[in-house]
Amino acid sequence: MSFNETTIQNISKLARLRLPEDQQQKFMTDIAGILDWVEQLKEVDIEHIEPLVSVSTRQKAERKDEVSVGNLQTELMECAPDSIQGFYVVPKMVE
Amino acid sequence: MYTIKGKTTEWELVIGLEVHCQIISKSKVFSGASTAFGAEQNTHVSFIDAAFPGMLPVVNEKCIEQCVKTGMGLNAVINKYSRFDRKNYFYADLPQGYQISQLYHPIVGEGFIEVTTSEGTRKIGVERLHLEQDAGKSIHDMSPTKSFIDLNRCGVGLMEIVSKPDMHSPEEAGEYLRQLRAIVRALGTCDGNMDEGSMRCDANISVRPVGSTELRQRVEVKNVNSVRFVMEAIEIEANRQVELYEAGQTFSQETRLFDSVNKETRPMRSKENANDYRYFPDPDLLPVILTDEYIENIRRNLPELPEAKKKRYVSELGLTPYDAGVLTADTETSAYFETAIKGQDPKKVANWIMGDLFAFLNKTNIHISESPIKANQLGALVELITNGTISGKIAKEVFEIMTQTGKDPAVIVDEKGLKQVSDTGAIDALIRDILAANADKVAEIKAGKDKLKGWFVGQIMKASQGKVNPALANQLLEKQLDSWS
Amino acid sequence: MTELTDLYISEALELLEKKEISSEELTKAHLKEMEKARFLNAYITETPELALEQARLSDQRRSAGIQPKPLEGIPIANKDLYCTKGIRTTAASKILSNFIPPYESTVTQKLKDAGTIMLGKVNTDQFAMGGSTMTSYFGVTKNPWTDENGEYNLVPGGSSGGSAAAVSAGLCMGATGSDTGGSIRQPASFCGITGIKPTYGRCSRYGIVAFASSLDQAGPMARSVKDCALLLREIAGFDLHDSTVSDLPVPDYTKALTGDIRGKKIGIPKEYRPEGLNSEVARIWDQGIQFLKDAGAEVIDVSLPHTKYALPVYYIIACAEASSNLSRYDGVRYTTRVDGKTLDEMYENTRTDGFGAEVVRRILLGTFVLSAGFYDAYYIRAQRVRRLIYEDFQKVFKTVDALLVPAAPTPALSYEAMKNMSPVDTYLGDVFTTPSSLAGVPALSLPIGLSNNGLPIGLQVIGNHFDENTVFQIADVLEKQAGFEKRTHRVKG
Repeated sequence: MSFNETTIQNISKLARLRLPEDQQQKFMTDIAGILDWVEQLKEVDIEHIEPLVSVSTRQKAERKDEVSVGNLQTELMECAPDSIQGFYVVPKMVE
Repeated sequence: MYTIKGKTTEWELVIGLEVHCQIISKSKVFSGASTAFGAEQNTHVSFIDAAFPGMLPVVNEKCIEQCVKTGMGLNAVINKYSRFDRKNYFYADLPQGYQISQLYHPIVGEGFIEVTTSEGTRKIGVERLHLEQDAGKSIHDMSPTKSFIDLNRCGVGLMEIVSKPDMHSPEEAGEYLRQLRAIVRALGTCDGNMDEGSMRCDANISVRPVGSTELRQRVEVKNVNSVRFVMEAIEIEANRQVELYEAGQTFSQETRLFDSVNKETRPMRSKENANDYRYFPDPDLLPVILTDEYIENIRRNLPELPEAKKKRYVSELGLTPYDAGVLTADTETSAYFETAIKGQDPKKVANWIMGDLFAFLNKTNIHISESPIKANQLGALVELITNGTISGKIAKEVFEIMTQTGKDPAVIVDEKGLKQVSDTGAIDALIRDILAANADKVAEIKAGKDKLKGWFVGQIMKASQGKVNPALANQLLEKQLDSWS
Repeated sequence: MTELTDLYISEALELLEKKEISSEELTKAHLKEMEKARFLNAYITETPELALEQARLSDQRRSAGIQPKPLEGIPIANKDLYCTKGIRTTAASKILSNFIPPYESTVTQKLKDAGTIMLGKVNTDQFAMGGSTMTSYFGVTKNPWTDENGEYNLVPGGSSGGSAAAVSAGLCMGATGSDTGGSIRQPASFCGITGIKPTYGRCSRYGIVAFASSLDQAGPMARSVKDCALLLREIAGFDLHDSTVSDLPVPDYTKALTGDIRGKKIGIPKEYRPEGLNSEVARIWDQGIQFLKDAGAEVIDVSLPHTKYALPVYYIIACAEASSNLSRYDGVRYTTRVDGKTLDEMYENTRTDGFGAEVVRRILLGTFVLSAGFYDAYYIRAQRVRRLIYEDFQKVFKTVDALLVPAAPTPALSYEAMKNMSPVDTYLGDVFTTPSSLAGVPALSLPIGLSNNGLPIGLQVIGNHFDENTVFQIADVLEKQAGFEKRTHRVKG
């Protein structure tokens, strides 16, 4: 497994995390170590085995089409780090 | 066949459309917040929509039903097993940091839409329909340094309908869209309003030399919000690609925006092209399992679809395919038509709707569902002409009054005394008076000047203020002239 | 009379009913003990005024002759992963350090409805990621059990380390924990208390800060099997807000505590006795097996062949889900924000500042295993092996009623020992708990005996899906047989 600098840079970008130079090396070593350890799964014969997504035994979980929530603008904006007139505010985005 | 004639060769288009249809439902697909359009910012947002810690999605059964219905309208396979996946990416109007969608197991599989263009009727393949959640709205023009986020739309149910790369002209793509819109409207699964964004279209466009079967580099054009713009965008983008190829240039697979003002497509500035969405099954949601009974129950209660309706109008009502197409383009029009024809000649009713009514509605910018003349009233007007109560000419006058007052035509005829006189005694008396007063002209007729008969009919109509049935007037006039001595 | 903070919940309920004590007295005694033991750092947020107010209301209800609620007047603590309306909920992270939820989790709401008094929010590993509480932004919690020099140098385990320490030290009568790969059972073992991870889907996850959705499960921690049964009965059950929660009825688990397990078949899986198993853990396990035999149970050797793959499978799946679950912490709608010139810069600043190293490590790993080109090799492979592990349990429960295995590979470790471990070494601490998490079966950890250094060592009773009754029944007998002193391990001074 080649988990190298390029990989960790791509991954941290995807995850919106910025790793300082010194830490990047440490994380890279850590994760490479974990991936080496995970390699043991290759021993298992998984042919014809369906992936298991959930162990929930519930058969059906659907909601009726009802409006059950009212106007929460005040509560929402109270939690927001930056807002104006009921809008969330973020740095300017480009299309 | 639609082609672009380049300098070196002739090119054909390969077009696929991805259409997002907002599902008609009271509440959002995974939360109990309202879907109503046009509310004040962030007032239709639950803690689930805003992705607060520990909040979990629960699927709205109505959204599933709407997808199944639409799938049936697309003549498509309904998948009894479907599942939700997370599409992971960061964006300010996507609070969870992922969109819940269906990549691996969509709820609806392959189907088709029948599309009629100037080149005939073709089936355009539908690849899939899947259920997903809409994102919120970002507003960029309220501040020079900030963007504002409104999450009212965030979490509204969306059906993404993906066509096969089966279309070859802007016209075909436009018709596909119109037909799709007519289907979702007829089914009541989406209101199809492209200008309000409840139906949105991305077009995948590539070109290739005529005769070739290769699939070349395609470009996705986003942000096209009307049928006309989709057709324009396709034409403009295809021509751009032809020019590049002919200039010996290549281009990359990319996403571009259509600029309807400058009539061009331009690349998106964001780095969306480079994203890795890391789809995986959403562990917060169960698979959607549909039983045969459930599916059949929906099928049984499905309303008549536009295509079937159109065929019926032609075969059973004797309408031309063109008229049938116009009258089935949306549910309100066909419902209006079907109410109005009760007991009437469908062709006469169709002429009134497509003629005077549409002219009036267009002029006043009123939707047919809001028409001051109700469908049964228009039917009643046609009835008055058919049974000879009023003439076609008087009918136009009555129609005009109906548009202003909304009154029943019979009432108007009564009030204004517009009823045709069909009492032969009264008409005979009228004719006798006119003949007597114009004995010289009668003499001329007797001498062979037949043309003057028309002048007499005119006089009769004038004297009766148009209320005399002209055919009857003619007949009685002939009779009196014969016996004149 | 026993100190109020030493009482079991079952005992306190009787005394309250007889009006020999009041909830206010009981609550005050715990608040006093909390003050004394503050150096343990078990609580992130204490809510004494609220607790006293609730206690007085509870006493009023009792004196007014209103039918007492099932846990009327019992002071408890909630893991700081449970959203509590109007009360700060941090997930022991910097990024949520100022978050005050405008809603209540289903489990804590059910506890409120059952008449409990909340004393505060207890410490955990950050976003429940860890096995020591050392990843908490609010500092480590100390185990109330001391090392051989009598120093408070030991970790309480984790992630529900604050819950375990608080229960053990008498800083609450019971607490909520949450268990993704062992986060209730391992700290219970480290602190000498009892905790159960119920069947996946037994308790609603609504309002619990998510770590790994297909594994997270709420559960109670207390000082006796019966107290856990009392608590679970209240917090389990259907919830419209969680699609994965079960709609099966919730039994009265206390009725399962018959004291009679004669003829019960208990499996001892050989894969849990790897070469090099800690000898003290092995000794306690053998002791537990003997207790079962003495009680008339039939002990059978069984095999769960894919056990050794559970840990890597667990870390792939848990981290993949976590990487996605933690994307919502982006500084837009709540949490602290660290500004940036562009949206992406703001995201990066906020998240880099707000997450600790272990959380970052797991997000990175999870992002990687889901990324293009690696999804099949890691994530899908892990899900396939997960099915094999699940099937191991399905098969074994055709022949046995329950399993008895160790809860943790060692007794509580020191901070020093933990600090020097590689990530993989620390992950190995979950070796006995992750298989049942992946299979979704219920597993209870209870203390059986002490190590040579006098530290508690626990064993797990694992049952079939939704058969918490059998788990409680067997654990209750083991508890009595072991005679482990399970009163409070109060701090000195």
